[in-house]
Amino acid sequence: MFGYYLDLAWHSLKRSPVLTALMVLAIGLGIGASMTMMTVLHVLTDDPMPGRSSQLFTPHLDPLPLNYKQGDDSPDAADNVTWPDAMALLKAHRAERQAAMAGGTLLVRPARADLRPFNVDGRFATADFFAMFGLTFEYGEAWSAVNDAARAHVVVLSDTLHRKLFGNGSGIGQDVRLGDHDFRVIGVSADWQPKPLFYADPGAQHYSDADQFFIPLSAAVDLKLSTNGNQSGWGKNNDSTSLTGATMTWLQFWVQLDSPAQVQAYRQFLVDYSAQQKALGRFERPSTDAKLYTLMDWLNHENLVPNDVRLQLWLALGFLFVCMVNIVALLLAKFLRRSSEISVRRALGARRRDIFLQLGIESALIGVAGGMLGIVIAQIGLWSVRHRPDDYAQLAQMDIPMLLGTLALAIVASVVAGLLPAWRACRVQPALQLKTS
Amino acid sequence: MEIRPIFASLRKHRIPAILIVLEIALACAVLCNAVFMISKRVGDIGMANAIDESGLSVVNLDGTDPKLAASDIPRDLAALRGIAGVQAVGVTNSLPLSGNNWGWSFGLKSDSLVSDKSATNLSMYFLGAGTDQALGLQLKQGRFFNAGDYANSTMGGAALPDTHVVIVNESVAAQLWPGKPALGQVLYSNPSYYTVIGVVGNVVRPYANIRSTQRSYAATFFPLRAESTLSSYVLRSAPQDRARIVREAEQKLGEINPGAVAKGQAYSDIRDKYFADMRSMAWMLVLVCVVMLAVTAFGIVGLTSFWVAQRRRQIGIRRAVGATRGDILSYFRTENFLLTGMGVVLGMALAFGINVYLMQHYEMDRMPWYYLPGSAVALWLLGQLAVLGPALRAAAVPPVVATRSV
Repeated sequence: MFGYYLDLAWHSLKRSPVLTALMVLAIGLGIGASMTMMTVLHVLTDDPMPGRSSQLFTPHLDPLPLNYKQGDDSPDAADNVTWPDAMALLKAHRAERQAAMAGGTLLVRPARADLRPFNVDGRFATADFFAMFGLTFEYGEAWSAVNDAARAHVVVLSDTLHRKLFGNGSGIGQDVRLGDHDFRVIGVSADWQPKPLFYADPGAQHYSDADQFFIPLSAAVDLKLSTNGNQSGWGKNNDSTSLTGATMTWLQFWVQLDSPAQVQAYRQFLVDYSAQQKALGRFERPSTDAKLYTLMDWLNHENLVPNDVRLQLWLALGFLFVCMVNIVALLLAKFLRRSSEISVRRALGARRRDIFLQLGIESALIGVAGGMLGIVIAQIGLWSVRHRPDDYAQLAQMDIPMLLGTLALAIVASVVAGLLPAWRACRVQPALQLKTS
Repeated sequence: MEIRPIFASLRKHRIPAILIVLEIALACAVLCNAVFMISKRVGDIGMANAIDESGLSVVNLDGTDPKLAASDIPRDLAALRGIAGVQAVGVTNSLPLSGNNWGWSFGLKSDSLVSDKSATNLSMYFLGAGTDQALGLQLKQGRFFNAGDYANSTMGGAALPDTHVVIVNESVAAQLWPGKPALGQVLYSNPSYYTVIGVVGNVVRPYANIRSTQRSYAATFFPLRAESTLSSYVLRSAPQDRARIVREAEQKLGEINPGAVAKGQAYSDIRDKYFADMRSMAWMLVLVCVVMLAVTAFGIVGLTSFWVAQRRRQIGIRRAVGATRGDILSYFRTENFLLTGMGVVLGMALAFGINVYLMQHYEMDRMPWYYLPGSAVALWLLGQLAVLGPALRAAAVPPVVATRSV
């Protein structure tokens, strides 16, 4: 029966090509626009560290004074950590692994005569950074806690930067001039760019930035290398701009906790630490304000997805809805116009259920065609998103699940749109219709 | 035109009628909000900025030795001044809409601290000698900085300069000292204090604030002697010379500062880049609106055509008993007018509701009332246009149809 209905549907659609084209176009446009925005949202809210994200946490202390005024335009000052707090958490060593970090941009002065100096982004971090986030090394290795303590002038380069500076040769053991200081290359990591760059400062371009070098945080602070994140201070004038001061937040801190028990213990540790700092008079806010975010919760808290993207998704869905109402109307017109044909089939013994199924298959066929068109339109849409100047533009690619999702959504949408017209059409009174025609 | 028969006939075709009304309502709601968003963005993109935008070029110099800034900067400025076509040069820490913000909160009492709740956050532009004129700041009251102001102001790595003079935007003056003359007033951040010596036309901050125009103009200007904080050179010229001047300036600065990177662009490029994603969003909204209106119009065409086909006989009978073509035409147009009318009433309510929702969840302002009747008229016109084709076909039905059975 299915094959026969398919055949009937095909003939019926061919009979009114303009109306059919209109419906396919409408569903294609609606689906295409919606899927473009859904894909963008999908890639923006994706897990940057699949398999590892459930073990990564970031503590959130609140060292701000009670009368601290949050800026209207700047991120929450308590989203970052002060130097003394970061050092205390590091020293306490209560997690499996822990690292403090901050972003920085440095001027590379290549030894090669054919290269002009250029700026690169990188990270100042403590030793656990590499093992905790699972960076892999092409050559050499990461530095150790000993190097951290010694404020060693060592650097780990990304593969890209290493190639740029040393070609295909090895730079291990050689010096690279970054800013006004020489750093000895001890390792080359495979290129590393989680999307979003979850550990970066709230003000960073999370979807397009990548770290090209890594330097021990202690050395960076020692040399007063400039950081490129948000620094929020509340001390009196100049103490608030000292990197090691207790009244300026600028560092990010991440920990790895492997079991729920460890998570529970670490949470308690943060509360205890805050209570202790409060007793010392450093913290003014309740110690229970201390929180521990999982990676995905943190991304949520940071609200990285631009509002524009959500608005555009709503707009696209509204548009899809308009298209669907439109298709309901057109299908209704199409089905009711065939009242006489339906009456003949009914008079010859077809049940309402059969008519309903036949018309449903016809709607689904439109859905398949609309879905195909939708995929093409979504690809064009994503292509145009990729050419936009936004931070996340390069990510806008459709994967297989989204592709199948597009087709499924189109078929579901058109079948849903066909329900009312099909129900209406199979209630035609055969006798009346046959008599009047 | 008698509308009672139209209503009677619509009651018979309840489902198609409801569908048209619904479609118009949705289109109206989305259209109102989308057009409002577009106009908001167009307004932001066109944000006024009281500097000589079209004549400015900017070259950033990065990687110089901070210790040599006192001698390097005057040397660089002299070199830039030598480029043919350059009318004025200056140096600053940042430019409007460059994204590179130096902000601080100031109070109006002598013991105000940066962390005070009542303090106002302001962007600080540090200007080297002559930069106020090079930027083309528009002086409204008081004076620009003089040579003494520039010579006496240093930062030395601190967050605030040790000068005691400041020039503020008109908007800042009006916000902090409403109804009072701003000249001679003082901004405090204990122990620093700055007396207002001049008021200039509104210059945008390094970050515009899309929620509030007043916040976008919260900027102040401080004099600064040649120090490493100043790393953006500005050059003023005739607009058509900018590309060449940027090229020559990059080359010259690269030659005399071999270890540093000089990167230049016309100021208008900085501005365009800042608003680029807003512009692309506006275009995408326009596209969605156009396509949605087209889909709505085709829907009306399709449904009305079906209607006309279904009522061929009735139309024939009406024509046979004396209705003119004009009567038939106006019947369908009136019918569409009524349906669209119901649709836009519903749509305006829906548009208002969506706007309220967006205001609560996104950075959105209240939609001015005239958007509602505006889009209502647009949809009425669209409906009339869409119905014209099918209605003309209906009017062309000859009276003889009445006498034939199908």
